Amino acid sequence: MTAEVAVQFLAQGAQMALVLLIAPLAVGVTRRVKARLMRRQGAPLLQGYRDLAKLLRKESVLAESASWLFRTAPYLIFALTWVAAALVPSFASGLMFNWAADVVALVALLGAARALLALAGMDVGTSFGGIGSSREMMIATLAEPAMMLIVLTLAIAAGTTRLAGVADFFIAEPLAVRVSLALSLVALVIVALAENARIPVDNPMTHLELTMVHEAMVLEYSGRHLALIEAASMLKLTLYLSLLICLFAPFGMAPAAAGPGSWAVGLGAWTAKLLLGAALLGVWEVSIAKMRVFRLPDFLGVAFVFAFIAILLAYLSLGAAA
Amino acid sequence: MKLAYEISHLLAGVMLVASFALLYQQRIAAVLNAFAAQSITLALAVAWAAWSEDRPDLFITAAIALGLKGVLIPVALHRTVTRLGVHREVEKVVGVGMALLVGLALCGLSQALVVKVAPAMAGLGRDELALAMAIVLLGFLMMIVRRNAVTQVVGFMSMENGLILAATGARGMPLVVEVSVAFSVLIALFVFAVFVFRIRERFDTIDIEALDRMRGDRR
Repeated sequence: MTAEVAVQFLAQGAQMALVLLIAPLAVGVTRRVKARLMRRQGAPLLQGYRDLAKLLRKESVLAESASWLFRTAPYLIFALTWVAAALVPSFASGLMFNWAADVVALVALLGAARALLALAGMDVGTSFGGIGSSREMMIATLAEPAMMLIVLTLAIAAGTTRLAGVADFFIAEPLAVRVSLALSLVALVIVALAENARIPVDNPMTHLELTMVHEAMVLEYSGRHLALIEAASMLKLTLYLSLLICLFAPFGMAPAAAGPGSWAVGLGAWTAKLLLGAALLGVWEVSIAKMRVFRLPDFLGVAFVFAFIAILLAYLSLGAAA
Repeated sequence: MKLAYEISHLLAGVMLVASFALLYQQRIAAVLNAFAAQSITLALAVAWAAWSEDRPDLFITAAIALGLKGVLIPVALHRTVTRLGVHREVEKVVGVGMALLVGLALCGLSQALVVKVAPAMAGLGRDELALAMAIVLLGFLMMIVRRNAVTQVVGFMSMENGLILAATGARGMPLVVEVSVAFSVLIALFVFAVFVFRIRERFDTIDIEALDRMRGDRR
């Protein structure tokens, strides 16, 4: 019994370490694919780790007007995002803390991290930070309702909002054409693009004043604070990729009662799917232009509409089944 | 049976998404493409119903939908738009976001209505009816929020797509073919009406003499 608990504990710990370790690699894959498609050499795949290591070694410079909030925010943001990322089932659905991996809880964790980041962006009092925070909040207010609707759609289909339960349901269920799921997939992809500050909502590479959102908020950070924030945004990308995998392509994931043998299979499948997802993101980013900020409500409105139609259709098929 | 239901559900859902695409698009060319996509999906849905429910007469309806509304009318409208040099941006009465929200409300309305009105109906038919009704209402909305004559015709025809979808979902309706043909004639009428509209808008009259005066060989 104790041995079993220990194994469970180790597995959960391994997942926490795993998401943290793989996050810079996923970002590296995306950047590399983008660079190659633009016929550039591109940074090596491990550049993300090097960047983080370099930032950790460097001195952290604080603005004179920075308050305690500015200094503590990076740690909290990193911790919240890490916990959220570690909660999403990756290689197995029966891990120790999976009872806590509720999608609503996930949205709440990410929302808390975002609120902190927006506050920190405004803390120093530069105009860029303020503009970034206000835009981030605009995007968030548009993306979050869509996210909640997606969650409810899946909850209607699977009968639970626990991620592990949803994944188990879709592994067990024979593959069916489900229009509500397809729609919520599209909606979730749009939400994920918006939340991760990717093109077309925001450009992660830019430092052009007029267009940046996420970068504008973190402009004042340096050194280890910046390293934590960068790591948090990498983790967030891994989280969303992992969430998409868990909800819409969970095949290969070890079911609840499985042992370490099928964990290995799940691990391989998850890693492959994650890196594939990161590569697809790179392809997507080179094939589309960034949108004007004033066009964003329409784009995110599409996510909302899709999620809404999805929930209507899910409700309809529920009525048909009953 | 389960798969048949899922696929017809999927196709009807895609049509609904196309209806929203019609509301969302800003340019006339994109609106026309979205309409073509909706019509082709309608043709697929009708053909699927014909095949899975063994009602061969529906294949005719599908063929009409594909040929006429999937290909012919969009191409004709494309050519009209380019030839007339109509401004590419669609003039709208309300913004995109507002239109989408109203569209969502209409979807909810049609759902609530169908659940209320036909509680005893079997699952498949009821679903299709709710979706078809939503498409019809969105067609109405499209006609209301767009000022341009071409997009109004598109709204009208997408409404008609919804009607055919409803007719397909309802069992025991052999008139579908006739109804569809009749509507198609009506559509052709509307297409011509667009010509007249444009001519009138340009020359302040529908008198064809105005066109003669535009020719180079003036007497």
